[in-house]
Amino acid sequence: MTTLQTAFAKAKADGRAALVGYLPAGFPTKDGAIAAATAMVEAGCDVIEIGLPYSDPLMDGPTIQDAVHRALSNGTRIADVLRTVEGVAKTGAATLVMTYWNPIDRYGAERFARDLAGAGGTGTITPDLTPEESGLWRQASAEAGIDTVFLVAPSSTDERIEAVADCCTGFVYAASLMGVTGARESISSGAKGLVERTRAHTDLPVCVGLGVGTGKQAAEVAGYADGVIVGSAFIRRLLDAPDEASGLAAVRELGAELAAGVRA
Amino acid sequence: MRQVTSTEGTLLTAADLAGNGVHGDDPDVHGKFGIFGGRYVPEALIPALDEVAAEYERARNDVAFLREFDHLLRTYAGRPTTLTEVPRFGEQAGGARIILKREDLTHTGAHKINNVLGQALLTKRLGKNRVIAETGAGQHGVATATAAALMGLECVIYMGAVDCERQALNVARMKLLGATVVPVHNGSKTLKDAINEAFRDWVTNVDTTHYLFGTIAGPHPFPEIVRDFARIIGVEARRQMLELTGALPDAVCAAVGGGSNAIGVFHAFIEDKDVALHGYEAGGRGLETGEHALTLTAGSVGVLHGSRTYVLQDEEGQTIESHSISAGLDYPGVGPEHAWLKDSGRATYHGITDAEAMEAFSLLARTEGIIPAIESSHALAGALKLGRELGPEATILVNLSGRGDKDMGTAMKYFNL
Repeated sequence: MTTLQTAFAKAKADGRAALVGYLPAGFPTKDGAIAAATAMVEAGCDVIEIGLPYSDPLMDGPTIQDAVHRALSNGTRIADVLRTVEGVAKTGAATLVMTYWNPIDRYGAERFARDLAGAGGTGTITPDLTPEESGLWRQASAEAGIDTVFLVAPSSTDERIEAVADCCTGFVYAASLMGVTGARESISSGAKGLVERTRAHTDLPVCVGLGVGTGKQAAEVAGYADGVIVGSAFIRRLLDAPDEASGLAAVRELGAELAAGVRA
Repeated sequence: MRQVTSTEGTLLTAADLAGNGVHGDDPDVHGKFGIFGGRYVPEALIPALDEVAAEYERARNDVAFLREFDHLLRTYAGRPTTLTEVPRFGEQAGGARIILKREDLTHTGAHKINNVLGQALLTKRLGKNRVIAETGAGQHGVATATAAALMGLECVIYMGAVDCERQALNVARMKLLGATVVPVHNGSKTLKDAINEAFRDWVTNVDTTHYLFGTIAGPHPFPEIVRDFARIIGVEARRQMLELTGALPDAVCAAVGGGSNAIGVFHAFIEDKDVALHGYEAGGRGLETGEHALTLTAGSVGVLHGSRTYVLQDEEGQTIESHSISAGLDYPGVGPEHAWLKDSGRATYHGITDAEAMEAFSLLARTEGIIPAIESSHALAGALKLGRELGPEATILVNLSGRGDKDMGTAMKYFNL
């Protein structure tokens, strides 16, 4: 089993959903990202997604755009992303990279899969890589022994869900709503239905992301999904903090609230 | 000076839209032109892209749709556009015979109207009541706002904040036409960032909204649809060249940003192997300065805005910001069909610097009384060079893709007018 598969098995054995946290590498600083992700793990995240900052994040809302812009301005490169993965994986948390496709395409699929596995990474989430275009990446990932996670959306037909789920290992990422990343007031009513439709096509864990930002929302999603994914809400805590120490404290506080949520 | 206008009232046919069955024709089932094109988008958008592709397939084989599109092109857009021979300009091009395809004379002043009328009709067939679009120079935004006003569609235009400033007149035109213009402050604040923001809107509002894509880039089926709606330029020009000169031109020249006007004029000539196809990209301040938009001539293969194509990117796949004096060419990607035409050798692509383009801009105004768009001036500058190479026996067709009224602010600064 990959560390990702182990993390879901453990959560399931505990009778709860897994908590998945997202943070871009290089944000708020190169070292600060490792510290913040470590704080997220210590507060209760089972899985960490490290974002690979990209110049054209067309499915991200303003919060992640802002963080990614800062990361790129800090000079964050793929070597820094891999170093971040290495630092976070040392905590024992399953550590994935979430990235748009072009950086991997340019770096070389086999090389990226190998280097990510070498850094202790357990897989990738690639939101703009469709099943039709994913063959090369799935092969490279399988050879490197890392998982491939793709997204389904409320608009997905059952046929598409089946095609996407067939390409996934580790888990299936269900986007809770039609829209970009970012915390919302309430969880879209379509999320539960999407999880149910996805389960009809796979035995993999199904995790829900987009719009989750509070312990109450985490508890609600944990009622029907195998994992709860939170990104923008963590970033918002760091963006709003006056200094690094208070940022880390705010991240720990949110992590604990969400961790209690998935156990409720 | 001689002018020819084709006046026969033949209806557009499915073949006029759909191409002619050889190289450069319809992409495969996944939207691939060779290795280029495809779909690299969030899964959430796949059903919408499938819906657009299916509806377009029905529309282009529907005589009623073709008749309505044809009627709008004739009675609203002002087609067919004329050819104009420009001998005084040609004297500066080695004496070559230079003939302009006058897309600048269409309603709204640029070729973009062809595509937007087709896609606005498609929007209605899709049962949607809202269109969004990105714009660089503002010409596609103005054209989209125009078609939206004509057909009673809500219209939101995303435009980079830098472009809003350098094309303020077009911002005012869009507002007057009833569109909402949203300045985009992210990234380089130009066309690529406007496209990112339009995609974000689309994924949020896809039930009610059609993304009226303005160029032959983006995910399948946009490169095919936009090409087909722009294809009328070359279909007319080919027929008109035969009427005017009794022969096909030796070369066809067009400016390339995203590439829609170029594919529009090239496509009907692709089978004519003796006709050279030349695309001119924005060389900006020069290749060596790094401030350019030389995507095909200096970029590398990657993925941008949902399509595999040539991209200006660094060694880790981050998009490099482009530069051009012309907002409409200031884009670090290019349509996948041009990438395919480049690699197959059927078309050749070159760079034209800001200075060369502005010289051609001024020259056409002074020698022929036509003020071209700065975008189109890149093709004119290319024709000057090509004519000097080929000599006085050559006949060169240049797509004058738009008029220069919108560029007067830039021209005033550049020439101290």
